[in-house]
Amino acid sequence: MTLAEAALDTPVVVKHVGGERAFRRRLMELGMVPGTQVTVEKVAPLGDPLELRARGCALSIRAAEARAIVVESV
Amino acid sequence: MNARAEITAAADANRGEPLVALIGNPNTGKTTLFNQLTGSRARVGNYPGITVERRTGQVALGDRSSIELLDLPGCYSLSARSPEEQIAIEAVLGLHAMPRPDLAVVVVDAGQLIRNLYLVVQLVELQVPLVVALNMTDEVDPVPDHDGLAKLLGVPVVPLVASRGDGVDALKNAIAEGLMLAQLGAVEVAYPQALLDDVAAVGAALPDGWRRSPPHDRALAMWALTSIDEDDQLHSIPAALRQSVMDSLSSERDVDAEVVTARYRFLDEHVQPLTRSDDQSPSRSRTLTEKIDRVALHPVFGFAIFILLMLVVFQALFSWSDPAIGVIETLFGWIGAAAQAHLPEGFVADIVSEGLIGGVGNVIVFLPQILLLFLLLGLLEDSGYMARAAYLMDRVMKALGLHGRAFVPMLSGCACAIPAIMATRTMERERDRLLTMMVVPLMTCSARLPVYTLIIAALFPPSQVAGVLPVQGLLMVFMYLFATMVALAAAGVLGRTVIKGRRMPLLLELPPYRLPTLRSVGRQTLERAGVFLKEAGTVILVCTIALWALLTYPKPDAPQPLETVAVASWQHHLPDSATSVESVDVAQLADNGDAVAQWHADKLAGSLGGKLGRAIEPAIAPLGFDWKLGVGIIGAFAAREVFVSTMGLVYGIGADADEESKPLRDRIEADKHADGTPIYTPLMGLSLMIFFALACQCMSTLAVVKRETRSWKWPTFLFGYMTVLAWLFSFLVYQGGKMLGFA
Repeated sequence: MTLAEAALDTPVVVKHVGGERAFRRRLMELGMVPGTQVTVEKVAPLGDPLELRARGCALSIRAAEARAIVVESV
Repeated sequence: MNARAEITAAADANRGEPLVALIGNPNTGKTTLFNQLTGSRARVGNYPGITVERRTGQVALGDRSSIELLDLPGCYSLSARSPEEQIAIEAVLGLHAMPRPDLAVVVVDAGQLIRNLYLVVQLVELQVPLVVALNMTDEVDPVPDHDGLAKLLGVPVVPLVASRGDGVDALKNAIAEGLMLAQLGAVEVAYPQALLDDVAAVGAALPDGWRRSPPHDRALAMWALTSIDEDDQLHSIPAALRQSVMDSLSSERDVDAEVVTARYRFLDEHVQPLTRSDDQSPSRSRTLTEKIDRVALHPVFGFAIFILLMLVVFQALFSWSDPAIGVIETLFGWIGAAAQAHLPEGFVADIVSEGLIGGVGNVIVFLPQILLLFLLLGLLEDSGYMARAAYLMDRVMKALGLHGRAFVPMLSGCACAIPAIMATRTMERERDRLLTMMVVPLMTCSARLPVYTLIIAALFPPSQVAGVLPVQGLLMVFMYLFATMVALAAAGVLGRTVIKGRRMPLLLELPPYRLPTLRSVGRQTLERAGVFLKEAGTVILVCTIALWALLTYPKPDAPQPLETVAVASWQHHLPDSATSVESVDVAQLADNGDAVAQWHADKLAGSLGGKLGRAIEPAIAPLGFDWKLGVGIIGAFAAREVFVSTMGLVYGIGADADEESKPLRDRIEADKHADGTPIYTPLMGLSLMIFFALACQCMSTLAVVKRETRSWKWPTFLFGYMTVLAWLFSFLVYQGGKMLGFA
């Protein structure tokens, strides 16, 4: 499944980070490498973007980009 | 490349004083630490070729020595794609004629240790002499094992709390020591062999000037491999290096993931034990942040808070700054009059009292709004709320094609474009900043209100639509809506044409909430004001004097006796003049001032500006304007509301006429074309308001855009496109209206 489909508040593990190169590299550099546990904590009131928690840090990306991140349940 | 040469020259002039670069992730308290180290001395300059600010400051190191500290833009990593990101690696390695720092201090958030150390690993690999400043140790319990960390990386690690100044002296000692020892450090990251082969191949293509030592070259080759590709926007990359990277990239492997994963594996394995805490326990600031966010990002309360905060920003610019503006205007009016009275009559008295003093007043008058806006922006930014605002509004701003952080500048533009344009620097990308700067001047600033008020009052009799809605009020609302729609449409069009740029996916860190320190925010606010005075201020001053001369010379002989009725207030910029202009007793003026007023009207008509007004009449005639309006439009270039007092001069009422002035309204209503038809019709009034809504009638706006973009290209474009837009819309309204039978 992709990160966009992950249930709220349920930790998942990153399998593969896809998407545009500069973006996916930056996301990985922020610690979202394969094997990292990540949780979708919130969805913004207008439906986009998402708030993620990985390595104790809160990040926000849009659902469009989250669809390129493959995850699996813990 | 001249600018680069200048920087090098400046650095050479400073030789003898070591250069230390301050680098770190965003939200690590880097700027606070910079302020702690440098005290109150900082110089604000610019990186060559790009509109990113370069801040440096002197630091005294206990003993007799001192260093120059360079504050680099916050970055998560050295890998780069854009010219903005490229600054970090160039500044840290001294590439492309940037001065090479003797040492780098890297600021690390103790609560985000592993993620922050990613940058440190890169710096160690690049063999940059380092001192690690382990900041915010008050927010973590237990404090990470900094001795173990120093051992692991091979560089000194100093724990500190920059906001309180704790550990800053120890850091200064470590800097002094680091400069002597120049410890390079070492990390043993286990990269896959295939990657190392690629790196070796790319390393062979590095230009000689970039080489230093085998480990450095290897790390630089790795940087090139993860940064260069077919559509990066990096500059000055040698063709051979680029080709070599492209050859390596064509393989099937994912080099980015290999590099980043290997580094994180190293950090997870070796640093995790040093944090002395398990991965999941959130820090104190985190739990508090989560509690606040439950309200601040709530679907209902979140937007309520957002709207409330934006109202505060708007009120501050629109009303709170008013008393200070009033004081400044009164003060400069008084100084001007005093100068006029004490200097011998003639050219010198005129240029000093009206040109020079008026011009300085024109600059100073912006300070209250600039100071207030940057104070509020600083508080929103440093507290961590700005990232939340971008998160909440992303959906809306994305639909408009604007950056999430463009909201505050656009809103501020409804008060005044000058501080709003300066506020665009909260966006990192030059493209986002430019786009916002180009549309902010279309928002209805408060200087347009007196113009609208005069026109509406003079040409649209008070009446109601459908028996209840006042026409005059509706027109005002329409002007606001119209300008906002045009601004958003312009953002859409310009963003797809002139200021094209790759849409960047959103990647936003929501940092923990922190109490902003007044010292840091205050200092940044004063710095901004200083830059405005020094750089934009001079342009505004020169333009004011030039414009004043244009509308004053050549001068007819003065009538006797010449009253100082109109120590022209035209050049006094009044961002919200509706409340700050003192109404003149017009009846009294008419009694004893008719001759003087007529003389002023003749003077203006005979001036260069008056001639220019006649010269442009053919161009503005299709919009329904005559030469008198032409003069008004030229005069309004000093600031839009000046239109009102210029019209007062043109119609021989005196410069002190304001938009409430009855005689001015009457004269305007009564003025006729040669054939006897009235010049001022409601249709022409609408055309004139549309023109003022869209034209860039504000030299201060252009001066600030010039300062922010560091070139005349963008202010020229801004003036050009807004003038064309204004002319076209006014033409459509006037000619279209005439065809439909309104006249």
